[in-house]
Amino acid sequence: MNRSMIRYILGMVLCLEGIFLVLPLLVGLFCGERSSIAFLISALICLLLGGLMIWKKPKSNVFYAAEGFVTVSISWIALSFFGALPFWISGEIPNFADALFEAISGFTTTGATILTDVEVMSSCCLIWRSFTHWIGGMGVLVFVLAVFPMGGGNVVFLMKAESTGPSVEKLVPRVKNTALILYGVYTALTVAEILLLAVTGMPLFDAVNMGFATAGTGGFGVLNSSAADYSSLHQVILTVFMILFGVNFNIYYLLLCRRAKDIWQSEELKTYFGIILASGLLIAYNIRHIFPNPLEALKHSFFQVASIMTTTGFATADFDKWPTFSCVILVLLMFCGACAGSTGGGMKVSRILIMIKTAVKELFTIKHPHGVRTLKIDGRVVEHETIRSVNTFVVFYALLYAVSLLLVSLDNFDFTTSFTAVAATVNNIGPGLSLVGPTGNFSIFSVFSKAVLMFDMLAGRLELIPMMALFSPMIWRKDR
Amino acid sequence: MRIIIVGCGKVGTALAKSLSREDNNICIVDLKSDVVHKLATEYDVMGLVGNGASYSVLKEAGIESTDLLIAVTESDELNLLCCVIARKASKCQTIARVRNYMYSQESRFLRKELGLSMIINPEHTAADEIARLLCFPSALGIESFAGGRVEMLRFRIPAECILDGMALKDVSAKIKCNFLICAVDREGKVEIPGGNFVLKSGDNVSLVTTRQDAKLFFEKINMNVGRAKNTMIVGGGRIAIYLARMLENLGIAVKIIEKNPDRCRELSELLPKAVVINGDGSDEVFLQEERLDTMDSFVALTSMDEENILLSLRAKEKVSRKVVTKINREQLNEVIRNLDLDSVVYPKLLTAQKILRYCRATKNSIGSNVKTLYRLYDDKVEALEFVITEPSKITGIPLHQMKLKKGLLIGAIIRNDKLVIPGGQEQILPGDSMIVVTTHLGLESALSILAE
Repeated sequence: MNRSMIRYILGMVLCLEGIFLVLPLLVGLFCGERSSIAFLISALICLLLGGLMIWKKPKSNVFYAAEGFVTVSISWIALSFFGALPFWISGEIPNFADALFEAISGFTTTGATILTDVEVMSSCCLIWRSFTHWIGGMGVLVFVLAVFPMGGGNVVFLMKAESTGPSVEKLVPRVKNTALILYGVYTALTVAEILLLAVTGMPLFDAVNMGFATAGTGGFGVLNSSAADYSSLHQVILTVFMILFGVNFNIYYLLLCRRAKDIWQSEELKTYFGIILASGLLIAYNIRHIFPNPLEALKHSFFQVASIMTTTGFATADFDKWPTFSCVILVLLMFCGACAGSTGGGMKVSRILIMIKTAVKELFTIKHPHGVRTLKIDGRVVEHETIRSVNTFVVFYALLYAVSLLLVSLDNFDFTTSFTAVAATVNNIGPGLSLVGPTGNFSIFSVFSKAVLMFDMLAGRLELIPMMALFSPMIWRKDR
Repeated sequence: MRIIIVGCGKVGTALAKSLSREDNNICIVDLKSDVVHKLATEYDVMGLVGNGASYSVLKEAGIESTDLLIAVTESDELNLLCCVIARKASKCQTIARVRNYMYSQESRFLRKELGLSMIINPEHTAADEIARLLCFPSALGIESFAGGRVEMLRFRIPAECILDGMALKDVSAKIKCNFLICAVDREGKVEIPGGNFVLKSGDNVSLVTTRQDAKLFFEKINMNVGRAKNTMIVGGGRIAIYLARMLENLGIAVKIIEKNPDRCRELSELLPKAVVINGDGSDEVFLQEERLDTMDSFVALTSMDEENILLSLRAKEKVSRKVVTKINREQLNEVIRNLDLDSVVYPKLLTAQKILRYCRATKNSIGSNVKTLYRLYDDKVEALEFVITEPSKITGIPLHQMKLKKGLLIGAIIRNDKLVIPGGQEQILPGDSMIVVTTHLGLESALSILAE
C-alpha cells in the first residue's frame, strides 16, 4: 500500500474542496450573510491541510487497484467531513452528526435531509448544499484527474472506482482528456438547464440551485415543497433534464462525434427509456382519479418516475398517498436506478440487463447442458470479468441492505419507513415512503441509524466495492 | 501524436509503455482481451479488443485521425495487411514488423508498393548489433551516431584498472585522445558525471568517441581486445542466419550448433560457408568435442532465456574475446544485472527503440530534429542525436554560457563529419549534429536541452 501517494491525492482533493467552498462564500458575501464567515474558515482549513499534504511529493508513483479504491473512499469521507464544517460552524445545523448527514447526503447526490424547514437556511448554506450535489455527481477525483497533472496509467483505477456502472471505459486514450470531456459535457448541460429555467421565469437563485441538484441527480431543493410550487413548465423542464442526466455520458460524447448510429445500438439506453415510458404510463393510469385532468396526472407521474429512476428525489406530489400499485412501481424503480456512467445511483440499468441475460443463459444450459452461448450487450461480448463484478456487486448490495435494514429497525419505526429509508439512501435517491416520504425527513432517526444510513449513502455512491475495500483488513495487512 | 499499436506482445508492450509516457494518444488493439485490459490499466492508453486488420475495428480505434499505425503482431502477413488497410483508410504513416526471411529480402519493394513508412525486422537488427560487438569486443554495447562516424561505447571498469579512483578531468588529461565519458552506472544508479566525478572499478561507463580513438583509448587503459576471428553460435534461429551472413562478409568463421536435424539441413543450404553441427548446445561434453576452447567468441541464441544465460556464463570461462547473450524477456533485467555476463542483446527492445526513434523524429520540431535515439541502462538514460538546421537560441553562443538542464550533457558535436569533443568555448552552429546524453527522457527538440 503506497500511503504517501494516497496522502498526496487526498491533499489535492482537500485543496479542491477549499476552492469549491469559495462559491458559497461569494454568494454569502453578496447577500451579506453572517454564515459566510463559516465558509471562509472551512475553506482556509481545507486549503491549509490540503497544502500541507501535497507539500512533499510522494517518493514512488506506484499505484494499483487497492490504492485506487482506498483513495477514493477516504477522499469521499474527508470530503464529506470538511463539507459538513460550514453547516456546523455557522450554527445553522447545530448538531455535527446532522451536519455530516447533510453533507454526505449532498456529495453522494442522495438528497435526503434532516432539516424540517429548508426555507430558514441562509442562501450560502443552500447553494453549498446544491453545489455538493454537482461536485459529487460526476465525482471529485474525476475532477482531480482532469485538472492536476498525474503521471502513470494506473490512475485510471481512481476513475474506475468513482465512476458508475459495471465496466468503466475511457472515451479517449488519455485519462486526463477523458475526464475533461466528461466534465465539459456535464458543465454544458448544467449551464443549459440553469439558463432555460431562468429564462422561463424561475428566480435565478432557485434556477442555479435546481440546476446543480438535477445535474448531480441529487434532490436538495430550496423550498419545503421541493418542486411542487414551481410552474408546470418548470416541472416539465426539470423532468426532461433529470432524464438527460440519468443517461450514460458516453452517449453525449458519441453525439458530439456525430456517431448517432452507435447510439441507437445502445441496449441500455433503449431499456432506460422503455422503463421510464412504461412506468410513467402505468402510474398515470393508476392515479388518473386523483388529479383533475389526465394531462396533470401524466405530468406528475412522469416527474415522479424520472425523479426516482434517475435517483434525483425531487417531488411535485406526495406520492406516499398514491395507490399501492404506483408506490410499488416507484420502489422498484429505486432499485433499478439510472444508466451506467451517469450521475445517478441505484443498481444501474446495464447491471440489471446483464443479470437478466445471465439468468436466461442459465435456463438455456438447463435445456442444453453442453450448450455454448455468449452474453452480448450492444452486439458485443460481455467479458467474464464484468459478469463476475456484477455478481459481486449484487452480493454486497444484498448483504449491505440486509444488515442496514436490521440495524435501522432498532429505531422501531414501521416496516415501510425502515425499508424505504435504507432503499432511498443506498440508492442515493432521497425521499422514501411513509415517514421518510416526500413530506417527511430523516431527522426522526437516532444518531446510530443516521450513521448507518450515512455509510449506506457513501457505499451506494461509490458502488460498494471501494467502501468494502477500505474496511477490509485484508487490504491493509502488510504480510499478506 | 495519435498512434495505433496493433499487437500487444513484448514489442507492443514496450512501445505502449514508452510512447504513452511521452505526449502521445495511444490506442492498442489485440485479439486477446486479458492482455488489452492489463495494458490499458497499467499505462495511460485506450484498449480495443479486435482484429487490427479489420476496417471496422481500425475505424473504431480512430484510424481517420491517426498519425501513425504500428503493426507488431506475431504474423507478418497480418502486419502487412493492417498497414495496407490503414493506408487505404487514412493518410497515416505505417510501420510493420516483418520477420520472414523471404519477405525481408524484398522489404524495399514492399515498402514502396504498399506505401509503408518503415519495415522493421527485429532479428536483423539484433544480428547487426551482435556483429558490431564481435568486431569490437572491448565494448559491452555499441551505439552508433551520424551514420557510424561516431560511436557510443559501454564498458565495465575492471578491477586494478588505471581508471579506478581517477577523477574524470584527470582521465582526459592522462589519455590524450578524442573522447568524453558521458554516463556512469554504479550499482544500478545512473549518473551524468561532471569533471570531479571519481571512477571506481565495477562502474559501467559510456563514452562517446570514434572507432580509431576508441582503439587508442582501450589500449591506454590496457583493455584493448582485437576483433573476433571465429565464433560459435548456439541456436540456429533467424538471428543466426542473418548473423552468419554478416560475419561471413566480415571474414569471421562461424560454427552453428542446432538441435533440430531438419533445421540443420536448412541452415546448411542457406549458409554454405558456415559449419553447421547437429547437437545439443547445453551438453558440456559435446561443446568440448566441438572445441569451444579454441573459439574466441560465443553467441547464445537459443529460444530459452535461461539456457542462454547459463550457456554464456559457462562459455565466458573458455572463450577469450566476447560472449553475447540474447534475452527475450525484459523482466529478467534485475537478475541479469548482478551476473557477470558479457554483452546482452534484447531484440524486442532494439525493435521498440527503433520505432521510438522514428516517432520522435517525425514529430515536427523547430530548427532541429531527432536523427538517432538510444535508450541506455534499462531505459534510465537517453542518448539523442539532433541535427541543427537553423540558427536558434542554442546556436552561436559558447557552451559554458548556456544554462543546461541538470542531468544533461552535450557529449559531442559532429561538424563536417568530424567529431568535436565540446569544451566550454565551443559553439553549436547550424549544420552541426549534436549528441545529447540525458536522464530526462522524452526530449523532442534541441531547444529543450536548456533549463527552464
